Amino acid sequence: MKQQPKATPPRWATRFLHWYCRPRLLEDLEGDLNEYFERNVARKGVRSARLIYILDVLKFLRPYTIRKIEFFHFFIHWIMIGSYFKTSRRSLVRNKLFSLINIVGLAVSMSVGLLVISIVSDLYSYDDFQDKKDRTYRIITKTVENGQTSETNLASTSIRVGEKIKESIPAIEYVTAMRAGFSGDAKVGNSTVPIEATWADNSFLKVFRFPLLKGDLETALKEPQSLVLTEKTAEKLFGESDALGKTVRFDSTIYTVTGVVQNIPKLSHINFQALISLASIDAGHNDADLHSWANIWQNYVYVTFPETIDATKLQPALDRLSKQENKTLTNRTVSVSMQPMKDIVLGGSLMNNIGPTFAPPVMWTLCGLAIVVILSACFNYTNLSVARSMRRSREVGIRKIIGAQKSHVLGQFMAESVIIALLALVFSFALFMVLRKEFLDLDKHIADVFSLNISIQNILYFILLAVITGIAAGLMPALFFSKMNALHVMKDASSMKIFRRVGIRKVLIVVQFTLSLIFIAATLIGYNQYKGLVTFNLGFKTENIINLRLQGNKGNVLAKEIAQIPAVKGISQSMMITSLGSKHGTNLTYETDSSLVWENQVDEHYLPLHQHQFLAGQNFTARPEKGKESEIIVNQQVLKKFNIGDQNPEKALGKIVSVSGQQLAIVGVVKDFHYGSLENRIEPVMFRYSSEPDRYLNVKIVSQDLPATLESIQKVWRKVDKVHELDAKIYDEQIEEAYAQFSLILKIIGVIAFLAICIASLGLFGMVVFTTETKLKEISIRKVLGASETGLIYLLCKGFLLLLVISTVIALPVTYLFFDKVVLTKFPYHQAISISDMLGGSLIVMLLAFFLIGSQTVKAARNNPAKVLKSE
Amino acid sequence: MKGANLGEFEELVLLTIASLASEAYSVAICDELEKYTGRTAKLGVVHSVLNRLEEKGLAKSRLGEATSARGGKRKRFYEVSHAGKVALVKSKEVRENIWRNIPGFNLEGSI
Repeated sequence: MKQQPKATPPRWATRFLHWYCRPRLLEDLEGDLNEYFERNVARKGVRSARLIYILDVLKFLRPYTIRKIEFFHFFIHWIMIGSYFKTSRRSLVRNKLFSLINIVGLAVSMSVGLLVISIVSDLYSYDDFQDKKDRTYRIITKTVENGQTSETNLASTSIRVGEKIKESIPAIEYVTAMRAGFSGDAKVGNSTVPIEATWADNSFLKVFRFPLLKGDLETALKEPQSLVLTEKTAEKLFGESDALGKTVRFDSTIYTVTGVVQNIPKLSHINFQALISLASIDAGHNDADLHSWANIWQNYVYVTFPETIDATKLQPALDRLSKQENKTLTNRTVSVSMQPMKDIVLGGSLMNNIGPTFAPPVMWTLCGLAIVVILSACFNYTNLSVARSMRRSREVGIRKIIGAQKSHVLGQFMAESVIIALLALVFSFALFMVLRKEFLDLDKHIADVFSLNISIQNILYFILLAVITGIAAGLMPALFFSKMNALHVMKDASSMKIFRRVGIRKVLIVVQFTLSLIFIAATLIGYNQYKGLVTFNLGFKTENIINLRLQGNKGNVLAKEIAQIPAVKGISQSMMITSLGSKHGTNLTYETDSSLVWENQVDEHYLPLHQHQFLAGQNFTARPEKGKESEIIVNQQVLKKFNIGDQNPEKALGKIVSVSGQQLAIVGVVKDFHYGSLENRIEPVMFRYSSEPDRYLNVKIVSQDLPATLESIQKVWRKVDKVHELDAKIYDEQIEEAYAQFSLILKIIGVIAFLAICIASLGLFGMVVFTTETKLKEISIRKVLGASETGLIYLLCKGFLLLLVISTVIALPVTYLFFDKVVLTKFPYHQAISISDMLGGSLIVMLLAFFLIGSQTVKAARNNPAKVLKSE
Repeated sequence: MKGANLGEFEELVLLTIASLASEAYSVAICDELEKYTGRTAKLGVVHSVLNRLEEKGLAKSRLGEATSARGGKRKRFYEVSHAGKVALVKSKEVRENIWRNIPGFNLEGSI
């Protein structure tokens, strides 16, 4: 009968005991515990004996048994650091290839880390120049239309909140209300400058720190028709001369400059070219609607509290205010709450938001991607160091025999990896400078949102990242070396089981390649989807159409001029450009049903120009003036929603609907098309006639030479409008721009995929070189004994190829499921995921890996065995 | 001085060390104590007392030879030091003095 193996106490408990117990007490205490353990095994069985052992180990954790912190050991580290540095340098120089792989990998991956650190640090330092950042709150609004369940969350609120809030919460220090959306042409003397401004009340400059260079803080925005300029705007309008007290004319109204503020720092969520006193709106006529509780779409209210007040407890007071004010509303309920100013940029999406927002999940995803890439480089370091441990085992052995303790060897190798990481940081910083520029140039919005300045604080974070990376990379090898048995190593280094940790190394390689494959497959799928979005059949034609923003000019005048250009085939006018994501809606009433329907106001040329397909009826025939419409054209969804004519387009013709108080007859039904963005399903849309919608010209051209046509349009524009820059865009490019965020995400993931593949390939290359080097003798002997070259190559390759196959088998289904079940469910009109894309991506990676493995193994297999074996 | 006084359990442990002579190591002391007192003596308690006795200089210890038992770990054998002997004797004298002065107390009949 086979003898039962002897029961042993749990190893981790013993290790824990070793870790905490004083060396003097350790041996006999461990012996005692063992004796009791054996006794308990005999009496109570293995399981309870183990449990008692664990409990005893924990119970012995007492002041008198705990190891004293040995400062002397720390001291030794400091003395030895020179020696560590020397040996690290020697080992770096001796193994140039491996050092290169490690440093390049770490540098490349850390540069991504540096970029992410600067991005995150930028996001968190938004509005830092505001001295009251921590105690300023924005009033945000939630509104529900009666009879509907979906609530709308707004960053804006009503001016009335600003007027009433101090009554509800007397603790408030300052309240300020502002209103966005002033834009006009400022006329000073003969010059005209278009300006975008914000209305703000007199407390604005007290709540926010926009230091006044000239003017009086107490009164700057008090009187109607007061105007506060930024330095930049003042220079544009008045040049070098003092702006204070001068007048600026917008249309017929004259404003007086009462102050000049410093230019607004880049990282500010509030941005303006000029401030106009809020009192200006009321001047002349008191607009009751402006001060109503329901006017919540364009106004922003901020409050500051004294430092002693905890603003989070004040919500009940706001609820009472909302409840009281809601009594005046009939068609909706509005409730307000406070949002800390420091959460605005990372606060997620609110409608009507001002300034940039960044969704926290996107930020965390970026961090995650950076960590994955850095970890991948760390894996390389770990893999190569452990694999090559034999080369350095003698050094460790001698150190241990001379008297180094475990902690010293551990410290040495950690120090070495941290030194290498810091060295890599120097290179990665150079890379980061390149990457930073590329990132800022990636999209024009990015340069507006991020500054990516290199501050002292960021540099400290960079160094911290390098140290952490070094520790992460070096921990495994350091533990491995510190556990080495000195006697074993010195007696016979070859007896060391260098391939003992092959399991972990294989796992690391598989993880690296799985991640790389996921990234590349995601990039390819994403690219296909993006292509699909941009070239999607929208239900109308967008080719060769240039959309031109009129900016206040008369559409008909400009249209007549542009029509003279030979390349122009047709011109239409519209209130908005569809399929770019923006929407305008009005209530439509049919019989008793009433509901919001998206609209576009167009002239008679619009529908033919865009080749909308009529299912029934025809284009507008009447040419009414504004406010005297009689005809309307709708899409299929309108018929479906209101059940007009049993959803039959022919029967729907002639039916009367009511829009904005006018009775309109349906004269045409167009096929469903994409009015909003492709992220949404097709919804009810109507076209209304307007002879001069006065927003956009849609110019259809035949020319092959687009730049020349644009140039002639530019010339025409110059003739008509001398103030504004021409704003003409090619429709197809506008659509691409509307989905720019996707192409941006794609580019970022693409770059990361590329880096991840590079790093993983470097690591794989290192492992292949190492394996072939170690097996050189084996190969030579096999060759002498008659092995064929192909056989040898197969022998060397198969292990690695198997790992790659495993990674593919894991990565592809994971990516497919992630996209199929998570990402693409959010896009109702997405393309099918093509399997060939995913296989194509993995094929590229496989080929690359195969090339790396192949080149080395072929070299090894072709070696002259006589040369290798002779050197013994 | 606080350290010079012998606590009750300390005294018991010290006496047990003396009684075990050359075989006095922690596990044996525990077993022996259980035998004498009938109470279970926890290793944790005994171990800390032994440590304290050694700190006070009442006991001395040395490591024995390694054997295959106990996972190859050596035992720590304790013996009573001179100061320990003095303390034990003194403690015994104190008790006897008190016993002697209890009037009319019949030892044989009391139990």
